[in-house]
This record gives sequence, C-alpha cells and structure tokens, in this order.
Amino acid sequence: MSDPKQLVELFTEKAKLTSAFVSRVKSLDEALAYTVDVCEKKEACQLLMAGCESELSPPAGALCDSKPDKIVAAPGLAPDVFARLKELCASRGIHCFAEGMRKHLGGVDIGFTIAQGGIAETGTLVLDSKSEELRLATMLCEVHVCVLPLSTLRETSYEAEDLLRALSTDGPGYVAFVTGASRTADIERVLAIGVHGPLEMHILLLED
Amino acid sequence: MQNAHNLKEYRGELSGALHNEFLREAMDKFAVAYRTARSNAFSGIDVDGLIKDIAKSKDEAMAHMDELLAQFTKNAEALGVIVHVAKTAQEANEIIAGIAEKAGVKRIIKSKSMTAEETHLNDYLESQGLEVTETDLGEWIIQLRHEGPTHMVMPAIHLSRYQVADLFSDVTGAKQEVDIQKLVKVARRELRRKFAEADMGISGGNFAVAETGTIAICTNEGNGRLVTTLPRVHVALVGLDKLTTTLKDALRVIRVLPKNATGQAITSYVSWMTGAGECQASANGKKEMHVVFLDNGRRALAKDPLFSQVLRCIRCGACANVCPVYRLVGGHQMGHIYIGAIGLILTYFYHGREKAKNLVQNCINCGACKAVCAGGIDLPRLIKEVHARIQDEEGHPLQSTLLGKVLQSRKLFHTLLRSAKAVQRPITGGTPFLRHLPMIFAKGQDFRALPAIAEKPFRDRFEALKPKVLKPKFRVALFSGCVQDFVYPEQVEAAMKILGKYNVDVQFPMDQSCCGLPVQMMGEREASKNVAAQNVNAFDPADCDYILTMCASCASHLKHGYPQILADDATMSEKARQFADKIIDFSSFVHDVLKVQPEDFTKDGRKTTYHAPCHLCRGLGVTKAPRELMTTGGLDYIPCEEEEVCCGFGGTFSMKFPELSAELLKKKLANAERTGAELLLTDCPGCVMQLRGGLEAKGSSMQARHIAEALAERLK
Repeated sequence: MSDPKQLVELFTEKAKLTSAFVSRVKSLDEALAYTVDVCEKKEACQLLMAGCESELSPPAGALCDSKPDKIVAAPGLAPDVFARLKELCASRGIHCFAEGMRKHLGGVDIGFTIAQGGIAETGTLVLDSKSEELRLATMLCEVHVCVLPLSTLRETSYEAEDLLRALSTDGPGYVAFVTGASRTADIERVLAIGVHGPLEMHILLLED
Repeated sequence: MQNAHNLKEYRGELSGALHNEFLREAMDKFAVAYRTARSNAFSGIDVDGLIKDIAKSKDEAMAHMDELLAQFTKNAEALGVIVHVAKTAQEANEIIAGIAEKAGVKRIIKSKSMTAEETHLNDYLESQGLEVTETDLGEWIIQLRHEGPTHMVMPAIHLSRYQVADLFSDVTGAKQEVDIQKLVKVARRELRRKFAEADMGISGGNFAVAETGTIAICTNEGNGRLVTTLPRVHVALVGLDKLTTTLKDALRVIRVLPKNATGQAITSYVSWMTGAGECQASANGKKEMHVVFLDNGRRALAKDPLFSQVLRCIRCGACANVCPVYRLVGGHQMGHIYIGAIGLILTYFYHGREKAKNLVQNCINCGACKAVCAGGIDLPRLIKEVHARIQDEEGHPLQSTLLGKVLQSRKLFHTLLRSAKAVQRPITGGTPFLRHLPMIFAKGQDFRALPAIAEKPFRDRFEALKPKVLKPKFRVALFSGCVQDFVYPEQVEAAMKILGKYNVDVQFPMDQSCCGLPVQMMGEREASKNVAAQNVNAFDPADCDYILTMCASCASHLKHGYPQILADDATMSEKARQFADKIIDFSSFVHDVLKVQPEDFTKDGRKTTYHAPCHLCRGLGVTKAPRELMTTGGLDYIPCEEEEVCCGFGGTFSMKFPELSAELLKKKLANAERTGAELLLTDCPGCVMQLRGGLEAKGSSMQARHIAEALAERLK
C-alpha cells in the first residue's frame, strides 16, 4: 500500500476497533494543547472508575490516597517540548513531570509520549520503552496520549522489523507494540478495558 | 488437573462436568463466537500459507535447538542477562528459588506463564516461604481458588461473575457487586499494591529470539510490562521450544497467535526485552535479569522423528476452542496442565503416563483441532500414537487386544458378523434395529438405537448387482468398509445404480476387510498395520482408475492413514502410496468425475439438510461436492447450524464415552431439526448409524440417509 492516505485510513480504522481515539494534529503544539484539554476534562480517579470508588482492602485503598492533583507524566521529550507542555499544564493547575514515576505508583492522569513507528494493519504503536520512566508512565496512567508522526507509519508488522531490530541491538532495549488500551476478557469473556494499564488510548496523528 | 486413577473415575469426572450448566452454556457460547471471530480476524489473509511457514521455521529452529540456545545465551549475556538451563521442572523451580534467595527477595509477582504452570512453580516458591501473586486477572482468580487453568489463554473461562464476586469479596473483606467492569477494577487496585511491593517479577516468554537475545511476551492486560519493569529482579521462565531464530520468525507467529487464540488482531501489548536494562529500584540502577530455559523432555522431543512437531505449538489454545469434547466438559477434564488436543499429548511427555492414560482416550478423532492448529501439528494422529505408546508400556486392555485379533483375520471377523446376524433375531424383533440389547452391551447406549446386521452382506449381493458395462467410461474398485458391507448394504446398492447409469465398471475385491480405523483408535498399532497391509494387497491400483469408498472415515484413513502406517514397511510403503492416490469418496466421484447433471434427476424439492462428516470435510477437505449434489439431485438443501461439527459417533469413542457421544448427538439433531427438513443426508455410514439411531430413539420423523440413496431414488 503506497498511498499514504489509504495507509492513514487503515490505521485509523484498525485503531478505532480497539476503542482508541484517533485524531489528526498539524503540529506538536496542537498535540500538547489536546493533551492538557483531555487532562482538564477528565475527573481524576473517579470518572473512569479506575477502582478507587470500589470497596477495597485497606492497603489497596491507601494507594488511592497517595495521588494528589491531576498529573501529566511526559518522559523522554526534547527539553523545549517538555518545557512548553509543563508551562501549558501550569496555566491550568496541572502537575507535569518527566521523571519520578516510582513516586506515583497509585497512578497518574495522563502519560504523554511520541511513538517511533505505527503499524496500520493492526492500529499498533511502536514505542521505544527503554526508559523505565516511559514504561511506567504509559502503564500507570489512566489515559495514554501518544503522538504518531505519520512519516513513521507502515502497513504491516513485517515492515516494522528493521525498526524493531534497530531498537533491540543498541545496548539493552525494551520495545513495546501497543495496540489500544489495556484490556481483559477473563471474566465470562466480557471485554473490560483498563485492567492494569491505561483506561483510554488517544492517538494523535502528526502530519510531519 | 488429572486426578482420576482409572477410566471409570475419569468418566465420573466427565459426567460431573457435563452437569455443570454454567460451564456448558459458557463453552457453547464461546465455541460459536470463536468460529466467527477467528474467520473475521483472518479475512483476506492466506492463513494456510502462514501456518506452513510457521511450521517450517519452527521445525528448522527445533532441529538447531542447541545452536540457538548458544546464540541466545551469547547475545543475552553480553547485555548482562544470566542464562540458566534446567533439565527438569524441579530443577527450574530450584534455580528460581535460588535466585530469589540470593537476591533477598520476599515478594514475587508473576505474569502468565504456562511453563510455570507446567513446573508447579508457585507451589514450590510458596513452600520456600516466598509470597507469589499472579497478576493476569484469570490466573489470579484461579490462584485464589487453588485451581489449575481450564484454557491456555483464558484460564478462568469455567467461572461465572458470581463466583468471581464471591471470591473478591473474600479477598477484600468487603462485599463486591456482581458487575464485571467493577470486578476488573477491584483487581486493578488490589494488584497495583502487589506490583508496588514486589521485589521479583517472573514472566514467561512467547519467544526467545536468538538473533538478538530478546525475550518477547504478548499480553492484553499490560501486567507483563509491570511485572518486568517494577521489581528489581526479573526472571523469565521459557521452554526450550520457544527459541526462535530471528525477529521475523517471531513477527510471523504474532500474526497468527492472537487471531487463533481469541480472534483478536494482535494483543494489546507485545513487549520485546533485550538485555538487563535500567531499573531504579535496584541499588546499581540496573535490572537483575535471568532467563531460565526449561528442558523437561523438550530436547528429547526435538529429536523424535514423529513427535518433534509438537514443539511447534505456540500455545494459542485454538485446538481446545474447536474441540467438541472440550466444549462439553471444559479444560479441567481435557488436560492436566496443558489443555486441549495439544494437552492430551504434552501431558504424556511433561507429566507422565499416569496423568495421560485416561485423557488420551478422550479424543473423538474429528480433526477439528488439526484444521486450526497454528503450527499445522497432526494432533489427532499424535494423540493416537501416545495412546498406543501407553498401551505398549502398560499392557493392552483385553477388549482392545481381542478386537485387534479379530480384525486381523478377515475370515474370523466376517464369520463372527455372519453368526451375529443368525442369532440377532430375538433382539431385533424383526426391525432393522437391535431392540433388546443384553445389558452388558447396552450400558449407556440407550440414547440411540443400534442397527441390526443386514440379512445378506453386500459382498454376497455384489455379483448380481454388478453393472453390465460394455464400454466403461471409468473403472472403479469399490472399498465398502464393514458398516456398509454388513449393516447398510443398501447404501452401496444405491451407488451401484448410479455407477451403472454413468457407464462405470465396478469391481469388488473380496479380500478387503475393515479399514482398521477402530483398532488404530484403540491404540492397537500392530493390528492396524496388518489390516492396512491386507487391504492394500487386496487391491491392484493399476487395474482401476479410482478406488471408491462411500464411507468418509474409511476414505480418509485409507488415503492419509495408510501411507503413514505402512511408511516403515519397505515392501508395502510404495504400494500403500499408489493405493492411497487412487482413493476417492463418493460425492467427489459423482460430482467432480461423473459430473452428474440436474436433468438426470427427478426434482421433488424435498426439504433436506446435511451433516458434514468430520473425515470428509476436514479429513479429505471435501465440502462443495455433497452440497451441490443435493441441489443437482433435485432436493431443496437447507444449510444447518454447525454443519461441520462432529455428530458424536467417533467409532469406538461412542462405546467408550456414551454420555459424551449422546450430548454431541443431541446438539447435532437439534440443529438439524431446526431447519425444518424432512431428510438429513450425510456421506458416511458411521454418521448414518449415529444420526438414524438418535432420531429413532427420540421418535423423530426426520430420516437420516446416505447421500447416495437420495440420489439413486431420484435418478431418471
């Protein structure tokens, strides 16, 4: 499939099948603004029923209390991009950091990342997850917002082989193929989104 | 888990499972939904080609297991990983406990690993005073219930939301609502604490990629990423069969694994972990990473010319998903640790004869598993082989030895059948069914009426029926099989009428006997081989265009079974191949070769539905011919739900497990009757026996016939 338009359509279709939200953005700044909007609109630890409203055993319940205001975790960004995001967050009273995820094991509101690649046939993001901060941010957030530069989109997983190899042969590596939010069907095969990881996945297709 | 000591106890467990209504309903729903989900997931993909490629690359990898192990070890060790190889399950457990001890570990979190189930790792670690928590939701549930998994991908598929709510109420000490979405969130929070506290994470591995030294895992919940990220120590327990040559080979398997498992395009997460990376929980900022490879018989398997193919298994669970017996009784009865068709085989190799000996008899030989296996493993054949091996090791039961002895002598076998005919009158009451079977034969068989032996076998009628053809268009040699010869000769007579009309010359070699499938099913290898040789010698493939058989089971056994059974016999193997090449089933011959036309039949538009014999639709891959023939023959064919699901006959299976056979038949007949058809056609006398017997027993007006009979009746 050489037609980029078709490729984007395929990716969008497949990603939406996994309940991901897919939008187009023209610039990274638009992506940052989108992220802060999502964070502002979401109600921390309540609206999405991450579990805090449930009857929990006391030690598990204590984790919920460890989470203060709204948080955006954005590890691994270029310094200037992070600075812009942090400023934007500050203007809305949202806490934003690039590291320190282990202090927030109870969870954060948003994990913000930029993917290294996309696989259209399954709506999959390829994320270099070598950084522990990034891995934790994308797992312990309630909403994962990921920017996918369209130049990195390919049709099949076979076409991601070289990228995977490159990311796996440069010292210790950890590469993640992420498709949609965390899910399970372990109880009566009923689909439930958000078991251990994000409850929502937002993909921002960046025209680069 | 298998705890039954003998077949009787095992039957008792099966019976218990059959009466578990929730399980039955859940399994039924899943079986039906899975079929659609899988076919949607593979739409537009050359799945057969993919399966062939997977089989090839897995076979190549397993032939070079030790080289790949060396390559993986070199690459992984260069990046700080410590690689161990455990010869046995116990050794693997000890290695892992040793790692925990050395690292001062107290609390362990786990992501799903069938290999850890295989070694009973949790029990061992707990016995060493360690706290182990499963974090995959289904695994956590069964861990809390102290049970084994009932499916390789969905371990808690046998449990209802009510049971989970009760369980979670116990765990949290607070009453939980019966709401799946909320129950999942409870697990999220309860397990998050465990993640935060653990100092060691244990994962499995779907792949150990030699090229890069990468361990890759596929998960949906994301627990695998947390297990491998949060604690300072990570141990991956991986079977040697997971050694994979290249990243491309792993990517190829991932194209099939989730689709075959649940109909999902790809799992939410595929994590590729190479080397010991960053870990802030560790004093030196580096993860302590170990890979423990488990042998436990895999190296020996890799060298076994027949069984090495089981190492192709990618643990998708598809063989259970489509198994009609699994659907009835669930995973606890259809495996020990590994579930489904592959479980029947692996139990013998990984957990021993005692655990496998009952299980391995519970295969109805319908071939549904083989048709979906991601590695193209010949599962039904290997199950039979394991059964034969166990019988050779433990001694053969009297019943199966006797059957073997009888079938090996055609004269004795046929004399017995003729004698049975002579004395059956008191129990047939003059009907074509055995009405009053002595209790010893009838136990559990009352769900169907068994047929009587025919007055005169087909072999005695042949000379009189043989079509007089002067200039034959084709010459066929007929293989009747014993059911049509001695029970339903009218089916072959019907075929003769059609053959005569289309100028086909027919021979009937008198030295032919039973095809031998019953003894093959019962694990009587020698008898099976001798019977095959007798039949091959009875025919001269050079003297006919086709060897025609109207029994789907015979046809598939003659065509695919014989060349395998006789492969090692230097004097017979070539002849067996020539014999097999000439085999054709009735519908294919009439439809593809004779090319019969609608104008040759009187159309009466009788409402008709169809049962596809397992050994025709999957065994021989024939699906179009019989369905088109019904329309060509002037019938109104109404497709039936689950047309290609087994009727429950399975030859000796239905005698051994009558309760299971009865349930399968019940479903089959309910689906057939729902079409409103008057006629139920099929291509196999065994299926006719089962279907007709069931219809008779329930007093249905629907008629079960062989397709040849329906065609012959309408032939102009």
